[in-house]
Amino acid sequence: MSAYLQSLLGILLSAILTENFILVKFYGICPFMGVSKKTDTALGMGMAVTFVMGIASAATWAVYTLLLVPLDLAYMQTVAFILVIAAVVQVVEMFLKKSIPSLYQALGIYLPLITTNCAVLGVALVNVQKNYDFLQSVVYGVTGGLGFTLAIVLFASIRERLEDADCPKSFEGFPLALISAGLLALAFMGFSGLHF
Amino acid sequence: MDILIAIGVLGGLALAFGLILAVASKVFYVETDPRLEKLTESLPGANCGGCGYSGCAAYAQAVLEGKAEIGKCASGGNDSALAMAQIMGVKAEKVERKVALVRCSGFKGVDEDGKPTGSKLKGVYEGMQDCAAAAKVAGKGPLVCKFGCLGFGNCTKACKYDAIHIVDGVAKVDQEKCVGCMSCAAQCPRNLIVPVDKSNQIVIACANHAKGAVTIRGCTIGCIGCGLCKKICPADAITVDHNLASIDYSKCTSCGLCATVCPKKLISDSTDELKTPVKG
Repeated sequence: MSAYLQSLLGILLSAILTENFILVKFYGICPFMGVSKKTDTALGMGMAVTFVMGIASAATWAVYTLLLVPLDLAYMQTVAFILVIAAVVQVVEMFLKKSIPSLYQALGIYLPLITTNCAVLGVALVNVQKNYDFLQSVVYGVTGGLGFTLAIVLFASIRERLEDADCPKSFEGFPLALISAGLLALAFMGFSGLHF
Repeated sequence: MDILIAIGVLGGLALAFGLILAVASKVFYVETDPRLEKLTESLPGANCGGCGYSGCAAYAQAVLEGKAEIGKCASGGNDSALAMAQIMGVKAEKVERKVALVRCSGFKGVDEDGKPTGSKLKGVYEGMQDCAAAAKVAGKGPLVCKFGCLGFGNCTKACKYDAIHIVDGVAKVDQEKCVGCMSCAAQCPRNLIVPVDKSNQIVIACANHAKGAVTIRGCTIGCIGCGLCKKICPADAITVDHNLASIDYSKCTSCGLCATVCPKKLISDSTDELKTPVKG
């Protein structure tokens, strides 16, 4: 059992730091660049992604092991996962609108946007690749989302500071954001020596 | 055969999800007032925030819940107010269109004798080109006048309608473009920008509360609180408070008499060029 716990801890550490979804694996760059202008919206987006990644991991694991593998259809995983994720996001959105309107308001436009976030599809595919069981999948999904949150909040606070920086005209805005994202990714590469 | 299984499974999966979504949309159905959409549509959709709510949709929601009055939308003006009143089934009062007024005549280049007008400078300011930063410099900024427009254009940056610009060192409002959202006012560190009715012709473009003698030493076009305008006003609309004249627009008839007596030529026709005294 302790070996199993250790594997969960390893998944947690790798998902947040050594194999960070954005800064090491480069999944989900679109919301990373698009929703990182303000720290609080970045935090909202990160939380929404974490939520959906956790649920999507569970749902895709169920579809894969209970449906695709027994029927010898593992090669259809990508299509099936896209379907599952889109449906899950829709249901979650409706559920939140009805039950927790305040959270629904706070997440706003980000929730439907997550459907097209490749980090969510990425987590489902990696789960299959690494043969994770149900609990491992869910842990990987949630902590991967937390890694996403960490990266996007760090990046948003950097961009907030860069707003006031006096930089050459040609670098203003997106070029500067791309450069700082690259530097942030380099910094995260430093974690790759971390073993558990 | 394999392909049929694949089609069947994925089709089945899609069908199942479709059914789940259909059921979910019934189970989690949230009733929204049909008036909300109509109210939002009757607003301009600029989300300027002039009404005090975060956007047009938020204001519409507040009106629907009875938390906000109709007619707070400066940008939509009368049309919006009428449309909203019709939707809500109440009578709309006429909404006067508001525009921003900068209460400073600032630099205006040189007068007829070739002398510079407006507030004198204490020294050369070479810091951040930003009003808020300049206002924080020791001694309340680079101008001798502690109330005047600093002219770095924070208001220009805040304006979504391209309606306020720095002309000759002072912010000037383009009355045709201004919708009265007052986003600029929030950015002015000197609180110089106030809303006035667009139909008002007479404005006092100064916010200087310093004593007359102090004002005269620092600025050529500052209100010295002499009270001549107050004495001549037939409608009793002008009051002088803390060395600064102000107009009560509920009484003002826009006759323009005050503008003729102002020794500083400070009272002006708001629709005309800044600082042009009313003729007559």
